[in-house]
Amino acid sequence: MDSLEPTQPLNNSFWNDTGKTGITSWIFSTDHKRIGLLYFYVTFGFFLTGVLLGLLLRIELMAPGRTIMGPQTYNALFTVHGVVMIFLFIIPGIPGAFGNLVMPIQVGARDVAFPRLNLLSWWLYIIGALIVLTSLFSGGGAPDTGWTFYVPFSSRTGTNVSLAVFGVFIVGFSSILTGVNFVTTIHRLRAEGMSWGRLPLFTWSLYATAWVQILATPILAITLVLIMAERLLGTGLFDPSRGGDPVMYQHLFWIYSHPAVYIMILPAMGIISDIIPVFSRKPIFGYKMIAFSSIAIAAAGSLVWGHHMFTSGMSDTAVMVFSFLTFIVAIPSAIKVFNWISTLYKGSISLEAPMLFALSFILLFSIGGLSGLILGAAATDVHVHDTHFVVGHFHYVMFGGTGFAIFAAMHYWLPKFYGRRYAEKPAVVAWALMFTGFNVLYFTMQVLGMKGMPRRYYDYLPEFANLNLVATIGSWILAAGLVIMVVNLFRGLWWGVPFEGNPWGGASLEWTVPTPPPTENFIEEPVVTHGPYDFSNTERS
Amino acid sequence: MSHPEHKDDIGAKLGMWLFLFTELLLFGGLFLLYAVYLKRYPHEFATGGTQLNWVLGSANTAILLTSSLCAAMALTALQRHEMRRAMALLGATIFCAAGFMVIKYVEWSAKIGHGIYPGSEHLKAGPPGESIFFSLYFLSTGIHGLHVLIGAILLAWITVKIKSGEVNGDNYILLENGALYWHLVDLIWIFIFPLYYLIL
Amino acid sequence: MSEQHIVSNKKLTCIWLILLVLTTLTVAITRVDLGGYKVFGALTIACVKAGLVIAVFMHMKYEGKLLRWLLFLALVTLAIFIGLTFFDVLYR
Repeated sequence: MDSLEPTQPLNNSFWNDTGKTGITSWIFSTDHKRIGLLYFYVTFGFFLTGVLLGLLLRIELMAPGRTIMGPQTYNALFTVHGVVMIFLFIIPGIPGAFGNLVMPIQVGARDVAFPRLNLLSWWLYIIGALIVLTSLFSGGGAPDTGWTFYVPFSSRTGTNVSLAVFGVFIVGFSSILTGVNFVTTIHRLRAEGMSWGRLPLFTWSLYATAWVQILATPILAITLVLIMAERLLGTGLFDPSRGGDPVMYQHLFWIYSHPAVYIMILPAMGIISDIIPVFSRKPIFGYKMIAFSSIAIAAAGSLVWGHHMFTSGMSDTAVMVFSFLTFIVAIPSAIKVFNWISTLYKGSISLEAPMLFALSFILLFSIGGLSGLILGAAATDVHVHDTHFVVGHFHYVMFGGTGFAIFAAMHYWLPKFYGRRYAEKPAVVAWALMFTGFNVLYFTMQVLGMKGMPRRYYDYLPEFANLNLVATIGSWILAAGLVIMVVNLFRGLWWGVPFEGNPWGGASLEWTVPTPPPTENFIEEPVVTHGPYDFSNTERS
Repeated sequence: MSHPEHKDDIGAKLGMWLFLFTELLLFGGLFLLYAVYLKRYPHEFATGGTQLNWVLGSANTAILLTSSLCAAMALTALQRHEMRRAMALLGATIFCAAGFMVIKYVEWSAKIGHGIYPGSEHLKAGPPGESIFFSLYFLSTGIHGLHVLIGAILLAWITVKIKSGEVNGDNYILLENGALYWHLVDLIWIFIFPLYYLIL
Repeated sequence: MSEQHIVSNKKLTCIWLILLVLTTLTVAITRVDLGGYKVFGALTIACVKAGLVIAVFMHMKYEGKLLRWLLFLALVTLAIFIGLTFFDVLYR
């Protein structure tokens, strides 16, 4: 790293080519790249907040009994950890940040279809997030229901559930509008020659994701309205003493929230599908099947919500139907994994930071996915339901999967938009620490769950003490790696060595535009003549 | 690098339809609950339904259908460059919306006057299914009424734009999308009406 | 779906009259005692009415294949959400 003094971003890019660089030129900008970066910084900020809360939870669980906080604080912390991570980080994270940054360029457009709507999405997200944050420090205090807001507790607890739920409602609206925008963009704004068969797989995955956002999020919206009505008007729709059925709440909630899992993982898979061929210098294996499997996952993922409810008192017929349907999702997921592996085969693999994160995605996602099958099978689920096994499982998929994919995307795409490099060695060290810490933390959790340690419990039996200590130590290793990664990456992006051209030798359109891209992306309207993974005419600069 | 202002009416219409799907699914959640609880409490739902005023309900159906007709004719008029006619028809649509809300107000206040509203003592004392029926009734018609209000404001705003000439016979996508939204409001009512007022 | 299509006032009025007739019909059939068929009948008529509004008032009849397929997709999704829930409700 030669030049460490903060220098101006490169000229003639979206950072300065409109002549506007003040804060208002950002927060009221309709440029998809500026909005993307705004999303990135806010979502990543929430991620770091969530990590901090998670570390506190792990310290509390380090030893049995009270360690650093009381039970009510513990309940509030795991609720806030869940709400922040899911609704404020991981759902808007990839579509909002990297979808906005990269997708319009990948399809060869100057911006998204509705740039002003895009800005509105961001503002709704910010307003919703502020409302959620306000709910933590006002009224009856931070919600203590868990991020799922299950009735009857959520309709009775004195904590500030109504306001938190209202904030999430607004964030959901933002997510819907992003979905509408992306579907329209991909249908209408593809450049000449950009046929559906030439769309980069990241864009394909965003397309599938956007459909889930459009068709599933409204169900969440109405569910949240119903909680508010339950609390404020006393509608009694989920109250058994008034003829309501609490299980219906769980149905409505998971009709959205299971597909939402695919809002989180599908674009992550898209990132991996874009990175692996570039770092193997080989066309992706099975392009059509990967694109198709994104759609198949989105479709099949809408049929399986009942597997969250095997022990809820749902009918046995429904348990069997949902258990069967759940196994169907494994097929398109496996298609993706096998195609990634086949792409690696005989490739000219270069192990740099984005690729390391992408490769660990495959492993961690596979562990998460396979443990998901244990939960999808009704018989085994009854045994491990609501234990730490579940917590381990979804952290493998959401953090080991989506989280690592976001880290991969940060190292892969962000330098392009800053025109500066980060240092490679610290990035690799950070990756190694995070990968190690991650497995120590979450694999231990899965073992704990198998042994019977329940989730969301403040205290536990002494026989779980050793493994809990191991998990907590894992969380520190993970955090250490994260700190190194963040410091190294942002030091590089802000003060690193400037570069131009195509650092990884990518073949999709975002690598053909100047570094950093100008405001309307393309100096001339692009005409696409080859697929996104045809590397015959590209070289690393 | 100054490109001409990007304009894509087909894209705008596609976006609007996608948004309408989300509205459809939003009400879909309420219809889902209705279906489940109708299955569980057919008799209580029947008694609940007979307590609603089907004459007022039918009147509101006719009013909304008429308003939809006006909105559709307004678009036709605008496409034929008949600006005054378009504005008059939009005025009629908004007038119908107001009539709808007035009737809704009469209905609601009668019900509330009789002690029938979510969480009321009267409903708490009655059979459980009936309180479910009325909670769903108030939620569905309430959220629908909110959409009527939003739709009317939207159409009023578009009328102003027609008056200023910003929306005209060559640039009518805004009215087309506004009318689509209004028809959706009508569409939802087409299902709410028989389910709550008539079926039982 | 690219070109402009103007629906004539005559056609719109015609559809409006049919919708009003159908509304009267729904009210009529639910006033007589048909038992369970009542729900079925009323919902069938409602679907016909909805179809007319979508096809003519909302111009779906004159749109291209894409919008029709997407609408179909949205409706199927809703049907699936309701249908799968009934695996629980019916067999509990």
